[in-house]
Amino acid sequence: MRLSFILPIGIFAILAALFGIYLYQIGPGGKDIKQIPSVLIDKELPEFELPPIEGRGDGLNTSDLKGRAALVNVFASWCPPCRTEHPGLMQLAKEGFALYGINYKDKPKDAMGFLARLGDPFKRIGADANGRAAIEWGVYGYPESFIIDRTGRIRYKHIGPIMPRDLEMTIRPLLEKFSK
Amino acid sequence: MRARARLILLLLAVTVAAPAMAVEPHEILNDPALEARARDISKILRCLVCQNQSIDDSNAGLARDLRVIVRERLTAGDSDDAVIAFVTSRYGDFVLLKPPFKSTTYLLWGGPGIILLIGLVAVVVTFRRRAAQPSDAAPLTDDEMQRLEKLTDGGRDP
Repeated sequence: MRLSFILPIGIFAILAALFGIYLYQIGPGGKDIKQIPSVLIDKELPEFELPPIEGRGDGLNTSDLKGRAALVNVFASWCPPCRTEHPGLMQLAKEGFALYGINYKDKPKDAMGFLARLGDPFKRIGADANGRAAIEWGVYGYPESFIIDRTGRIRYKHIGPIMPRDLEMTIRPLLEKFSK
Repeated sequence: MRARARLILLLLAVTVAAPAMAVEPHEILNDPALEARARDISKILRCLVCQNQSIDDSNAGLARDLRVIVRERLTAGDSDDAVIAFVTSRYGDFVLLKPPFKSTTYLLWGGPGIILLIGLVAVVVTFRRRAAQPSDAAPLTDDEMQRLEKLTDGGRDP
């Protein structure tokens, strides 16, 4: 067979296969191409220092996060998906995992109300009133969660609410893996 | 005539008017040179919330925060490159509306050139092959020659 006959068909087949794979990946339940991979993966934790939410006594800074695997969750009371994922966070806390919160651009009263109503899964919470710490973490959508290991490196980033499936498939297994 | 002049003036007024900006008055720096640099940088940084707007165009809260950070860093004496590096070190190359030319993007930038080159080679090869190939059509027989001559009126122009 002539090359000029096979070549176009071959190129078409390769392209069709590539497009097929791509479409399959972004299909229902697949990866969200609007999500931007974090450059901070496997990097040192960003330097930040946050005061507590008014009315609490904790606050959060970089050194608070060192020493053990943990989940760092960026949340706000005004963010509906944060509410959606909250029971999952409560469950993780109950199982003994360390969770830390960054309360993003929230009114102290609203944040306290949110935690009083839905429960407080966090060991410590820092109030990021002007959103600067979130920028240090490369946050652009809410909620976002980071899994950090005991050496103080970011190992995984989850954008959007942690749905039960995410919790079972990725978040808990990763927390278990880095806790060992 | 008057009406046409009026129309032209109206059109000019609409098109020459400054486009609406997301930059708010209190964000603008007093130093016009610094502000100009801040605007230039803001125009090449993507707003990650809207993803197809620059932070200069976007009204999103994160875009505003980044515009303010760009201005703060410029005021603190950072070079343009340092400011851009500050943002890309947190949000990755995706924040640059124009992808940088580096090892992971050679194919992206070089792709069109490579495809053009392949096309050129294909064209040259095809023409060469065609020129080298002797025509395998048999020459005309005497009979055909006569008919051809008759049809073309002996080769003369009519």
